[in-house]
Amino acid sequence: MQVPAHFEYERATSVQHALALLAKYGPESRVLAGGHSLIPMMKLRLAQPETLVDINDLAELAYLTVADGELRIGALTRHAELLGSAVAGQHFPILHDAERRIADPIVRNRGTVGGSLCQADPSEDLSAVFAAVRATMVIEGGSGTRTVPERAFHLGPYETVVAPDEMLTEIRVPILPGGGGSAYVKVDRRAGDWPVGAAGAALWLDGDTITEAGIGLAAVGAAHFSAAEAEDFLRGAPATDESFVAAGRIAAEHCSPVSDQRGPADYKRHLAAELTVRALRRALGRAHARRGEA
Amino acid sequence: MRVTMSVNDRECLAEVEPRLLLIHFLRDQLGLTGSHWGCDTSNCGACVVWLDETPVKSCTVLTAMADGHRVRTVEGLARGGELDPVQQGFAECHGLQCGFCTPGMMMTARWLLDHNLDPSPAEIREALSGQICRCTGYENIVRSIRWAAEREAADRDRLAGGDGDDGDDGDHGPEVAG
Repeated sequence: MQVPAHFEYERATSVQHALALLAKYGPESRVLAGGHSLIPMMKLRLAQPETLVDINDLAELAYLTVADGELRIGALTRHAELLGSAVAGQHFPILHDAERRIADPIVRNRGTVGGSLCQADPSEDLSAVFAAVRATMVIEGGSGTRTVPERAFHLGPYETVVAPDEMLTEIRVPILPGGGGSAYVKVDRRAGDWPVGAAGAALWLDGDTITEAGIGLAAVGAAHFSAAEAEDFLRGAPATDESFVAAGRIAAEHCSPVSDQRGPADYKRHLAAELTVRALRRALGRAHARRGEA
Repeated sequence: MRVTMSVNDRECLAEVEPRLLLIHFLRDQLGLTGSHWGCDTSNCGACVVWLDETPVKSCTVLTAMADGHRVRTVEGLARGGELDPVQQGFAECHGLQCGFCTPGMMMTARWLLDHNLDPSPAEIREALSGQICRCTGYENIVRSIRWAAEREAADRDRLAGGDGDDGDDGDHGPEVAG
């Protein structure tokens, strides 16, 4: 039987209360959101926090809105809520592509967007998704609020820039004028499993020229869950299959996948290239479809 | 710590350790052994119960997190002494073999039918994709849930006055192709 080690339990009634509790209990306290990463880690004694600060009552952190040209996602938004959000899917289909394949429907009822990002697993889908769409993370602490680009959010596996007395409260995704398209493609072995490899893409176009591109990669050892060199290549390039194939090759060259039970490194590198191409193709198709609607 | 929650519409109050998982609280302290403790890793779904209005894997929820909330288990599925149509469907269509996964399957099925009156077999399979039947009896589970959906559609028609065929012949079950 897997049971967590002993800990103190506190339930926060507001963001300020949660921050006060984190400050009071110090670095051995952890925020408890959906718990679907943290509790399994605690059962395996890979995590042994002394205090859990439960934020599940903080309805003020569960929302999806559009404001000031950004899609704003509260950190406590459940995966199922993001998947069910028409406004999210309308602006960023990549979010729904990913959410359809994250964990399973029951886990998605409970797991949260912010929790997944803060868990910072190297195979985490949303980290790649938000890297592709160049999101900004809003972090609150006792001394105020700061914002960090998604690509600077992760310090390494299971480690983020969120300090022990801070919490992630919001994810902001800029809605660039002129539309564009986005998509996420994942190869996994079964429902609920981590990806063998996954790629997300966001494209913005001026006619048939790519004005901006975002590529996110999960589970293949990409720095900051992204493929900056491939994005540099695409910026200003024609939106053609030749460009996409070249971008996929560049993305794969800059990955450092490791062999594990999900597959050998060579296969994962192959996936990084191929899935990047597929995500770009799908993103382009969606950009064209949107243009047709406009 | 002290917790109070409503379990199957009954208020209960208990003293628990913060680390006690909801599945163990339900089974060991409340004696509600219908929910099963399976893989312990939120993979199998044998422990699915409702927390407020949503199915959750209770091996990955702390009892403390359910404090002040409503929990519904398979024991709370039947109403007024009558089995839920989902339960009837599992009985009619041989929806269980060893029965270990059944409580979780039925709790998810009930939620699905509350949100999708006429789910396709593909939609049912998607809804159940986080739950495992080690007997591999998925065909009959899907059939059981379709039976319940059709039964409820027939009940709705009857309540609405029907379309001319409101004769109640006592046979509420739909025909299910074998």
